[in-house]
Amino acid sequence: MFLNQFLFLAAILFCIGVYGVLTRKNGVLVLMSIELILNAVNINLVAFGAFHQHLSGQVFALFVIAVAAAEVGVGLAIVLLIYRNRRSINVAEANILKG
Amino acid sequence: MFLLAAEEAAAHSWLYDNVWLIPALPAAAFVLILFFGKRLPNKGAEIGIAAIVTAFILAVLTTFTWIGDIADSGAHSEEAHSLVVDGGEAIPVDLTAEEGEVRGAPIINEVEWFGIGTDANRATLGTEANGHGEPAGGEGDTHADSDGHAEKSAFSISIGTWVDGQSVMMLFVVTFISLLVHIYSTDYVNGDRRYTHYFAFLSLFTASMLFMVLSSSTLQLIVGWELVGVCSFALIGHWWEDQANSDAALKAFLTNRVGDIGLLIGMTILYFAADQSFSIKTINEMAVAGDISKGTLQIAALCLMAAVMSKSGQFILHTWLPDAMAGPTPVSALIHAATMVVAGVYMIGRLYPVFFVGFGIAGGSINVMAFIGGLTCVGGGLLAFVQRDIKKVLAYSTVSQLGYMVLALGMGAYTAGMFHLFTHAFFKACLFLGAGSVSHACHHSFDMKADMGGLRKYMPTTFATFMIGTAALAGIPPLAGFWSKDEILVGAGVWPGTEGNGTYTIPFIFGMITAAMTAAYMTRAVWLTFFGDYRGHEEPHESGPRITVPLVILASMAVVVGFFNMPSGFVKALRLPEGWAHKFEDWVEPAGVATFVSKEANKFTHAKPSLSLAVVATALAVGAGFLVWNYYKRLYAMDPKATEYTNGMASRIPPLAAGHRVLENKYYLDHLYTGVIAGGTKGPLARAANWTNQNILDGLVNAVGSTSVVAGRFIYRFIDQGVVDGTVNASGSTASRLGQLLRGMQSGQVRQYATLMFGAATVLVAVFIFAV
Amino acid sequence: MTYLVLQTQLTDTGEWIANIFFYIIAAVAIVAALRMVTTNNVVHASLYLLVVLSAVAATYVILGAEFAAATQILVYLGAIMVLLLFGVMLTRAKIGAETDLDHDQKWIGALVAASLGAVMGYSLWEGFGDVRMPADQVPQRTEAVADEIFSTYIVPFEALSVLLLAALIGAVVVARRD
Repeated sequence: MFLNQFLFLAAILFCIGVYGVLTRKNGVLVLMSIELILNAVNINLVAFGAFHQHLSGQVFALFVIAVAAAEVGVGLAIVLLIYRNRRSINVAEANILKG
Repeated sequence: MFLLAAEEAAAHSWLYDNVWLIPALPAAAFVLILFFGKRLPNKGAEIGIAAIVTAFILAVLTTFTWIGDIADSGAHSEEAHSLVVDGGEAIPVDLTAEEGEVRGAPIINEVEWFGIGTDANRATLGTEANGHGEPAGGEGDTHADSDGHAEKSAFSISIGTWVDGQSVMMLFVVTFISLLVHIYSTDYVNGDRRYTHYFAFLSLFTASMLFMVLSSSTLQLIVGWELVGVCSFALIGHWWEDQANSDAALKAFLTNRVGDIGLLIGMTILYFAADQSFSIKTINEMAVAGDISKGTLQIAALCLMAAVMSKSGQFILHTWLPDAMAGPTPVSALIHAATMVVAGVYMIGRLYPVFFVGFGIAGGSINVMAFIGGLTCVGGGLLAFVQRDIKKVLAYSTVSQLGYMVLALGMGAYTAGMFHLFTHAFFKACLFLGAGSVSHACHHSFDMKADMGGLRKYMPTTFATFMIGTAALAGIPPLAGFWSKDEILVGAGVWPGTEGNGTYTIPFIFGMITAAMTAAYMTRAVWLTFFGDYRGHEEPHESGPRITVPLVILASMAVVVGFFNMPSGFVKALRLPEGWAHKFEDWVEPAGVATFVSKEANKFTHAKPSLSLAVVATALAVGAGFLVWNYYKRLYAMDPKATEYTNGMASRIPPLAAGHRVLENKYYLDHLYTGVIAGGTKGPLARAANWTNQNILDGLVNAVGSTSVVAGRFIYRFIDQGVVDGTVNASGSTASRLGQLLRGMQSGQVRQYATLMFGAATVLVAVFIFAV
Repeated sequence: MTYLVLQTQLTDTGEWIANIFFYIIAAVAIVAALRMVTTNNVVHASLYLLVVLSAVAATYVILGAEFAAATQILVYLGAIMVLLLFGVMLTRAKIGAETDLDHDQKWIGALVAASLGAVMGYSLWEGFGDVRMPADQVPQRTEAVADEIFSTYIVPFEALSVLLLAALIGAVVVARRD
């Protein structure tokens, strides 16, 4: 088995996640794409941990999972707030950052 | 966290290992004040003061321990010097050697701050690595990979403390002045709406400054350097509701950024030149041993000079310093006179071998550092003549004195520069706090011409301390400034019999001019503030004890600190114990210079003091002061309320054609003449008996007065306000136009931002992959 | 289980079989991920995400990281997915297909993602082109992971618990109706 098998899988999932973040309008779908990106990173962490025969890769993957849980919690709260205020979770409509 | 470099075998003081407590205390105070300050009876001031008192006590103990160790480790520095300097060729002195082998070698304690990356074949930094060992009952096979040991990461950054004479000296100065400023501030900013915020930042500043002083690596130095910059920004803009104050804060910050680029580039060059090391010790050793080429050192030194120019207010980046006087006066005393602005000087001293070798200071006659220092001390002094604002006079005087320090270091007079830093901190802080006390009395005005005058009758304590500070600054023996200034002038090696590192004729002339000028403009400031008749509205009053007591303490320090470095000839002449000579050099210098700069080509020499030079320089200062004194005495005789012979000169010199200006100047001179002659004719005796004498005196007065005023005004108006400010403004407007251009990209669409972010990241990654 | 998986890899045939498993899992993950970002039904998208997450968990098993795999299933599939489905429902998404889920200019996103992929692919190929996984892999046992977390990484672990608490409070504060 090559290390690259896993790294390439991770890279492809990462890019798909990026594509999702960039194209989706629906806030929940954007969050899902972010989860995809985080998972891609996790594959890398675990793969390198296995490659180096070292535990820290797996430990960090666990940390990332925990952080992802927190991120989803706050992210969904924000999406809900946007929905409540605008009756829509279209992120393209949330543009009051305009300079 | 594990110690990496606690190599000292000798059992040295507990204080040396725990010197980190000194910055940690005010840092903790900052956090505490921020969170709990507002709820306390004294609004957080008590936390700040408690922390700084403890830090001060620790610093004093460290100082005494250091002095004791120096005293134990050798009879006199001369032996130590000859041991290293004359003893031979390119000894890279092992600074980690035991205490006593090299006197005053720095004591460095470092811990790994963070590390990035590991060796490719290095499998683990597993549980064993950090000493947790095999868990009880754990099975071996799960730990097949855990035979690693605590090795350093491939790229690691250390944070640590560096204790040697120079840092101990700064520890003492910073904690001492900071303590007095804290006490002073409880009265001065009493009732301010951001009282707690003020003390929080005062603590943070003290912590950052101490952190920077104790740096053992260049990276730590940069972090401390930027931290003090941020605190300076916050404190200058303390009263930010006033547009001028927040402008001044921004100007200080942005001007410093210019120099910081130099700092970053310089430190990066040194990092790569010193085999990828941030360690100041390594860099210095390699610079001394010639492992870094002279050209590299020169470029690095030039970059670092830019940082010095901005932080320590050297021409042409000094313009922020006078504006920084917008902050509260205690802040000006602490940050913009005694401590932060000397950070640049301190940095030169810390990396002295880099500058010493890079600029070829040994045996030279002029170099960039000495030239910039000389220019600054003369230019700053001239500008001090034309200010109405007492704090601005002091600010330009600070610029001038910082120039003096840089000048000294540029001429190889390391001890002299450091000693001047030391003495200057006390008397300039005394002067600034005195100015604050005066303004307290005069209803928060700093305008000497409109609101002051005759204050000596109303505020005797402030007056007395201000006079001592002035005399010390002007270099009147036997006050502090005299000793340090004299050493700098000696260090030029121009005066017969002084034998410095080279023959720095031009810097020496600059130094002599400044010595005279300093006395002159300070006499002017003192006259306008304390003599003549009171020109303000209401009756001024002496300040309370929390203001006067720090003044008295600082003034007494200004009297005594000069005696720490008396020349041996003087000590002999007064029949004092011989050990009293050159104490400061003994305590501060060895690690800084003698042990480092030991190579034959870069031999470091001590200049020999000269009595005749001291007499001449003092005579110059006293003479210049006397001339100005006379000028104002005449003016007073003519009109007790007058502050100058013509009024509104500044408004009547438009930046028109040169011809107009010449006319204007002539006009001005005419007025001056008339005024002086009119003043002279008021005393019939003088007119009758001393006609010749008076005429010569008048001529001198006129020459000094007009030349300095014209030159000062010219520099202030065209170089200071025109060129430097113009550049700053131009960069501002460019940024603004660019901003307008980029505004179109701010669509508010998060998706678009994300696209840009990922796109930019892709480009960056591509650059890293393909270009590196 | 992971021990078995890794033991099989010790032989050439075993490695070959493991490879086949991996490629099947990878293909499933990639196809599901692609469908997830292209489907026009929010509920379908979340189900595709479920597939991707399971496939990632399977990858962890192949890599011998059993605890990470278990956590992946428990936390991601058990908790995060439910949370996301709640999000879908609370925002009253249609259960059927929708037309307006994507931005108009999809090609920009595709371009950025593709170039990112190209750059990453190139660097991976250059950097780890022929690097093999160690042949004698041992599974990273949960016990060892626990030791590691509660000794070396105890401080990050504690910081993480504070983060979770902060996120909890933050989510409540943000989403609460006043």
